[in-house]
This record gives sequence, structure tokens and C-alpha cells, in this order.
Amino acid sequence: MTTQHRTAIVWDYAPAPEATDHVRLSDRYGLFIDGAFRDPAKPRFEPTLNPATEQPIAEIAWAGPEDVTAAIDAARAAQPRWAALPDRERAKYLFRIARLIQERARELAVVETLDGGKPLRESRDVDIPLAAAHFFHYAGWADKLRYGVNAREVAPLGVVGQIVPWNFPLLMAAWKLAPALACGNTAVLKPAETTPLTALLLAEICQEAELPDGVVSILPGDGATGAALVRAPGIDKVAFTGSTAVGRDIQAALAGRPTSLTLELGGKSANIVFEDAALDQAVEGIVNGIFFNQGHVCCAGSRLLIQESVLDEVIAKLWARMGRLRVGDPLDKNTDVGAINSAEQLQRIETLVAAGENEGAQRRTITCDLPEHGYWFAPTLFTDVSPAHRIAVEEIFGPVVSVLSFRTQAEAIEKANNSRYGLAAGILTDKGAKAFEVAGALRAGVVWQNTYNHFDPTAAFGGYKESGFGREGGPAGLRPYLKVVR
Amino acid sequence: MSRRLAHVDRVGVEERAAQLGKRSIKTTAKQQGIRLAVSMVDLTTLEGADTPGKVRHLCAKGVCPAPAMPEIPSVAAICVYPSLVSTARAALDGTGVRTASVATGFPAGQVSLEAKLRDTEDAVAAGADEIDMVISREAFLAGDDARVQREIAKIKDACGDAHLKVILETAELGSYDHVRHASMLAMEAGADFIKTSTGKASSGATPGVCLVMLEAIRDYIERAGRTVGFKAAGGVSTSKAALHRLVLVKETLGDEWLTPERIRIGASSLLNDLLLQYAKSETGRYGRSEDFSKE
Amino acid sequence: MSAGGRLSIRKTYKLWIGGAFVRSESGRYDHASRGSAEQVNIPRASRKDVRDAVAAARKAFGPWSARTAYNRGQILYRAAEALESRRDQLAAVSDLAQVDAAVDVLVHYAGWTDKFQAVLGGINPVAAPFLSFSLPEPTGVVGVIAPDASELLGLVAEVAPALAAGNTVVAILSEQQPLAGLDLAEVLGVSDIPGGVVNLLSGRRTELATALGAHRDLNAIVDAGGDAELGAELDRLAAETIKRARHHEAAGAYETAIADALERIEAVTELKTAWHPVGA
Repeated sequence: MTTQHRTAIVWDYAPAPEATDHVRLSDRYGLFIDGAFRDPAKPRFEPTLNPATEQPIAEIAWAGPEDVTAAIDAARAAQPRWAALPDRERAKYLFRIARLIQERARELAVVETLDGGKPLRESRDVDIPLAAAHFFHYAGWADKLRYGVNAREVAPLGVVGQIVPWNFPLLMAAWKLAPALACGNTAVLKPAETTPLTALLLAEICQEAELPDGVVSILPGDGATGAALVRAPGIDKVAFTGSTAVGRDIQAALAGRPTSLTLELGGKSANIVFEDAALDQAVEGIVNGIFFNQGHVCCAGSRLLIQESVLDEVIAKLWARMGRLRVGDPLDKNTDVGAINSAEQLQRIETLVAAGENEGAQRRTITCDLPEHGYWFAPTLFTDVSPAHRIAVEEIFGPVVSVLSFRTQAEAIEKANNSRYGLAAGILTDKGAKAFEVAGALRAGVVWQNTYNHFDPTAAFGGYKESGFGREGGPAGLRPYLKVVR
Repeated sequence: MSRRLAHVDRVGVEERAAQLGKRSIKTTAKQQGIRLAVSMVDLTTLEGADTPGKVRHLCAKGVCPAPAMPEIPSVAAICVYPSLVSTARAALDGTGVRTASVATGFPAGQVSLEAKLRDTEDAVAAGADEIDMVISREAFLAGDDARVQREIAKIKDACGDAHLKVILETAELGSYDHVRHASMLAMEAGADFIKTSTGKASSGATPGVCLVMLEAIRDYIERAGRTVGFKAAGGVSTSKAALHRLVLVKETLGDEWLTPERIRIGASSLLNDLLLQYAKSETGRYGRSEDFSKE
Repeated sequence: MSAGGRLSIRKTYKLWIGGAFVRSESGRYDHASRGSAEQVNIPRASRKDVRDAVAAARKAFGPWSARTAYNRGQILYRAAEALESRRDQLAAVSDLAQVDAAVDVLVHYAGWTDKFQAVLGGINPVAAPFLSFSLPEPTGVVGVIAPDASELLGLVAEVAPALAAGNTVVAILSEQQPLAGLDLAEVLGVSDIPGGVVNLLSGRRTELATALGAHRDLNAIVDAGGDAELGAELDRLAAETIKRARHHEAAGAYETAIADALERIEAVTELKTAWHPVGA
């Protein structure tokens, strides 16, 4: 018999970086207008950075006002033919796009992670599959539109201008484009300043799918490009996802105009833990609510309301769980929390966290080795937060959760609803009747019980109050892109 | 007294368990993980046709699973029926591999308490270091928690110095609420380990069940201050499944739990898959079943 | 004036706020003629009256929206009954066709209270173990700007869908033709509509509408006033708190008031999606 080995075996996950050699990126991307990539009328190219390394990935053309006009003209010219296509043919283009997204899923996931900093685990398992699913879902609607509005006759609105944020770049583009195109509109989409790449790959996919020229145009740029797009006279409908401040500007800018508008804006969503919750799963609901995508989620469960009777226990469990979050290289398949999307966003998070400390809340941040370069913020928990504190009121849009306590169900509902926003909420309870009652009482567009940040193309998403209006997903997601003729 | 259940959310626990199944375990992590898993194996034979000869072969395999790969450690224990304990004990003497025995009317447990106790005493007398007992599901499902605990406590007494692993037979409990409740009952009654399954039921150490039991252990330790180990048994037959269970341990209880003192994996066919996968990671060549002896 | 030597009693109309008939807090009044010659006083509401009306509507919103759909339908039908029984009185300040259409519109929307949920909402077949459904809920406190043309029907066509959906309403009556709206207040005041669910204010449209549109506790504004400039201003004010703003042409007939009933209801609802786990 050989001697046996009884020395302790140390086990940790080895680095598991996703390969990037299959990614085909160009050094430079033009604007996608009328079915082709072209340089801007007044040449302007800006680098897009990898927020995990601060290294440039590619040079991106930014659209100026002339380019906006050109894209809208192309969309206008293409719209009648696009709308006149037999519905089933329009559907097949969208099915093609859905398939192409699936086929290029690995590449799209890597690019999403490179450009935006989100963990590959999320871009691979959430962003890209859901983007494909959205196209697939709305492709199926294209020849059934009348059933989406209760069997009435419908018509497209025309040319739509769409602006998407940097937190789910491809997914938000899918949420915008799929229903717009299914309904027979043509679209001009502006991706976010810091995350244009997957939208440009989607432009390539539109070419591959042989989508008619002008049906989709993609115009990277900053706020100025977006402002020009939504104010352009040739736009029949504006769909915007982003901050409440910008949404407010857009709504005001469209005052007195017939342009149709939907807004998906900010939030400070309450996640309510009741004493009868299954506490370990409640902790998962909390973690999914606030650390998913570094907290860069409009519906993030950033106001954690915990019943006083379990306050200490839940915080202890949450803190222990936070300690197991793996923060770092977004391309590593085992990373749970990636890079903050931009220097600007990091600055905003730091400012609000400093405000929280100054206002007297207790801050706890997990210790972890953060890379030397790039933008990082370690998961953070604030306790002893008062409802009036800035960190309990303002959207932080980062991996920072503010804990408040409550004593009774009525108090929980009152506190949850005491917000200018109304995008989402979480309820963590094992009691079914209570879950239905509280879900009914919350003034929020999405309510998750015992989970958080679940999305599905069949389920409407959108806000109450200052979180915006209009819905994306399901039949409700068609209505913003249709008019009922009779 | 009516039973009070701490609740588990099935959707939540299965989602979390599945998410942890997506950890990427490659290269050195895979090799180290496989070695660790081997060291936690309770190499088991529980067949009517078991003979002293077969048990001796199994013991040799457990002590030195892969002679060509000396870095592969011995397994944690050899697990047999009480009648073969003395054979195993003799074969394992001085190797550090422990002798474990199922007892208590395994696997159904549908015998009298007296018979269970005698079964246990026989196994301990024959030299078993560890006893794997199965709870009375009949009592548990009838709501008689006191009887479940009384039996565990008596058998614990009968074990003397031997470690007691209490099998919950989770597939027969019907819900995660019950799995958690049974885990707590067993720990409170004196279990040294809690174990998922006999391996004879329709399912065993599913990721969700493992996670619920690990969370129960963590909460019990927090409350009672006594450490209780965990054994995954039933259905863990591939390296991938074994590594998934280790991920569950690592991210629920922590790195200090990654030791055979606290974690075991009940297995028969698993061991050779671990060896095959290890060899693959060493040589870059996919293996075949003939590369390793069955026992 | 007298008939047979009897001096008639001149009526002083009041605002309807929070279920009470009140004078304008400003004390301001206008004179108007009811019918051919009868002189009446009508209140000229102030910005503070708008504030009080929004507060009353907010207070009434929770209980009103919490009533069963069936009960809300019964109450709206009862309002139609009340209006029908006073049709001659209303016809004296409006016209009979408009009054009858308004009654029918109330009946139409009384029937929507327990149906729009199934039509606008439903089960979402999500690809995960959850029961997910989307249901429309009332937006909250809705402001209505009534038109001058079809001052009664145009008002009811905007108020009824809001009520059917479970909202409470603050309406600014036609500036040129306020009497029908003020009479309607008295009709609704003896119906079963709870106090504060509907609040009706007469006065200067632009002054009141901008005060209403600027109120931060208003959730939506439905403008049938037909004034493009005011409409644009209401849009700008709405943007301050992301209010839902809609502009409708004044409904001139029963058919136009109900043709797009679902859109009118949808405009003052919010779709809520709930996800409940399936598995124990």
C-alpha cells in the first residue's frame, strides 16, 4: 500500500477568462445609416473604453445634426415599403435577426462585457439571450398585431427615434427595435455614449439579415445627438430609456407637439423583507436586486426595507453573503460584480456614498482586491439610514444598498410608496395572501415576490410616477408603436 | 405540539443552486477540486452480493485509487453493511481510511428501535469508525418529531466514539421545508453529520437539497455552536456534479469547510469518473473505463 | 323678476370639492344667465381651490380605487340614473341630445369597470417558474380640462373613463358654459359617488388649468379644452413631474365619446406586472 495523502488541499477557482479570439471587432465604426456604415458629415470619432482597463477598444463615429437628418430621411423613405410588406414577411426579418443574435451570442456577450464592464456571466446568461428572445417574441407579433390591441385595426406611427442607456446596451436596443419594427415603423436608434459596440454589431446583423435599407439606423453619439434626434421634426414617436432628468427635458421639448412619447426612467425601488420570509432566499433576492449588473439597473432594489424583528439576522446573512461576491475582471466567468461603467458614473457613486457617510449612515464595504486600472466600486451596505437621507431618496445606480427598517406591513407599504419614483419593488415573504395584498398596494410597475430583476419578453415593464410611462414587453409593448385606426 | 416549519422558497433555492453550478472550474482548479473530492469520498458498496473479497478489493482501491497518479489521495472512508465491517476494518488498518457502516435497518429503517440499536452496536463492536443511520421517515411524515429525535439520540449513544451520520432520505420528505426541518431535528438530536440519501431512493443529493442542508448547518452552528458535517449521497456520479457540490459548500459555508473532516461524498461510480477527469486534465487525452479498476 | 307677483330666488352656485359644495376661498363670483333670463352667481375658483380639490381627490383615491370593480360600476350606473332623472333641468342649460348622450356615456363606462382589466391585462407566459401577470391600475389623481363645445358631454366623456378605471378627478369646467357642469355637480352630489372622487371647479380656464397642471400631486391630465397654446403649456408643466398628458378633441356625440373607450381608459391606468414564485 502506498502512503496516503492527508495534507490539506487548498481549493480556489482558477482564473477563467472567456476567450476573446473569436471576436471580430473593427478598429473604427462609422454611423449606420440607410443600410450602410458611413462617416459622419462632420467627421468626429471618439474612442470607446473598456471600463475594466481604461483601454480604448475602437474608434466610434459620433453623429451630428446632419447625420440625424440623413438617418430620419432614410427611415422616412423606407417606412411605407416596410409597413406595406406582408406582415409575415416583416416577421421573418425579425426572426432572422433573433437567430443571428443567437448565432453570434458568444461574441456579443464578450463585446458587451468589454464595452460596458458587466460580468460575462450576466451578458452570456441574461443580456444576449433576452435580446434574442425579445426579437423572437415580437417577430411573432408582426402578423398578429390586431390581437395585441383586442382585434382592432391598427397602423404604425411612422418613424421612431429611440435612445437607449448604457446598462443593458443590446438588450435595451432589442426592447426598442423589436416592437417598433414588428408594428411597421422604421427606427433611428442612438446607443449610449459609453457602450455603442453591440448596437453597431446589431447593425451588422441587420445587414446580414438583409433588412431593407433605412428600416434601422444606428447613430452613436452623446447627449447632443440624442437631443437632436428627439427634437427632429420628422420623428413621429420618441422612446427613451435613461435618467428622469433627461426624460423630463424630452417631455418638455415635445410639449405641444403630436409626437408620441414613452419614457422608461429612474427608480429608487423598495425591496421589502418580511419576518416570515425564507431568509436565505430573501438574501438572494436582495443580492440580485442590488448587485446585479453592479447596481446599474433602473429598477435596482436599492432601498432595502427590513422588518425590525429580523433586521439583525438579515443584515448578518446579507453581509456574509456579500463577502462571497467575486468582484473583478468582468471577462472571468466566475465574476459576480464587474466594473463600473464609466469614470463619470464612479464619481457619482462616490459622491452619494460620501453623502451617506456624512449624513450619519453606517457604511460597510466588502474588502476585495480590486484591479489597479479601471473603474471599480466594491459592494457596499448602509445601515442606520433614515428615510430623509440622500442615499434613501436618490438613485445611486451602483452596488450600494441602503437599509431601512419597518415594524408593520402598513408601514412597509407607506415607506415603499413614499418616493417620487415607482418603477419596481420586491416583496420577500413566504405568505401568499400577504404577497398578493402588498403587491397590489405598491405603486410600482413591476413587483417581484421572492426574487428580483427577472425579465421576460412576454411581461410588461415600465414605471409609475416619475419612473416614466409606457410599457415594454408583451402586448402592452406594442401599443406605444401603433395607432388604432378603428 | 404542532410542528413549526422554517420555510424555504423552492424557486429561490433552486435558482441559487443552479447559478452556483455555472462556476467555471478549469485547469488547476479542476485538478485540485478533483483531488479534494476524492479525499472526501465515502467509497461504498451496499449490495446483497457483497462478499469479504469484494470489500477487500474496494478497500485497496480506496486507499490508493490510482497507483499511476500518486498525487491522488486516499478516499475518506469505506462504507459497507455491518456484517462486512470487520473485513473492511482489517483491510484499512493503519491506512487512515476510516471504516463506515450503514446500520439501523438500512435503507428503509422499517424495523424496531431495538433492532436498530442492535444493528448499530454490532457495527461499532466490529470496528466501525462511523455509522450511517437513516431516520424514521414513517415517524417524520406522521409529524412525530419527538420519535425521530429519540431514535437518533439513542443510536448516537449506541455509537460510543463512532461518528454518527444521519441520513434524511430527502427524496421521501416531499419538500425543502421538510428537508430543512429534518436537518435541524437531526443536528439537535446529536448527529455528527447530516446526509442526504441512502442512495436507494429516487433522487438524492440534488443541488437544491444540498444547499438547503448546508444552510441549515450554517444556521445550526450559529445557534448551537457545535459543528456538524455534511454528506452528499445519491446521484453524485460525475466529476462535474461533485465539483458543483464543492462549490455549494465553498460559497455557503466557506473555504475552511473544504475538508473530509466536514464534507463527504457518498459514491461508488463517482470515484472512477474523478480519476478519468483528472487524468484527462493531466494528459490532455480523453480516457476510457478500462484505464481504472472497477474496485 | 316676478311671475304672478312672486320674486324669484336667484341661485348661487358653488364649487364641488371633497363632496361639499363650497364657495371659492377667494370669494370671487361671476354672474351668468340661466336659461333665458334667470340671473345666477357662479363661483370663480382660485389656485387655492385647485389645491384643495387635488388634496380632496388624493384623499379619496385610496378608498375609491380599493372598491370592488362591481361596486364602482354600480355607482357610475347610479350616477347615470341620477342624471337621467334631472335631464330636463340640465337640458335647460345645455341641450337634451347632449344630456342624453352623457347619460349613455356614463352607462357605457359603468360597464367597463370590471372589464378593462381582462382586456388590457393578462397572464404573462414567462420562461421561468413564476406566475406573472400584468394588470392595469388607476393612475391616481387625474385632471380634466373640459371643452366649451359640448360642455356637458365633453366633460363626462373625460371624467367617466377616469372614474371607471378607479381614478379620482379634478375637472375644470367650461369657462364659457359652466352651468351644465355646475348642475352636474349637484346631480352627482346626490348620487352615490363618494366625496372627493369628483371635484368640479368653475372659473378662468387658463388660470385654473395651469394651477392644476403644475400641481405636483396630480398624476395625469386629460385636456379636452381645445386650446393649443394652453395644451402646450400643460405638456411643459406635466414634464416637471412626468405626468401623463393627453389631449382629446371634445366629444360631440355618444359615438365619439365611446369609440376609443379603451384608449381613454388606458391613458389613465398604469400596467403593473407582478411575479410570484411557483413552488413550495
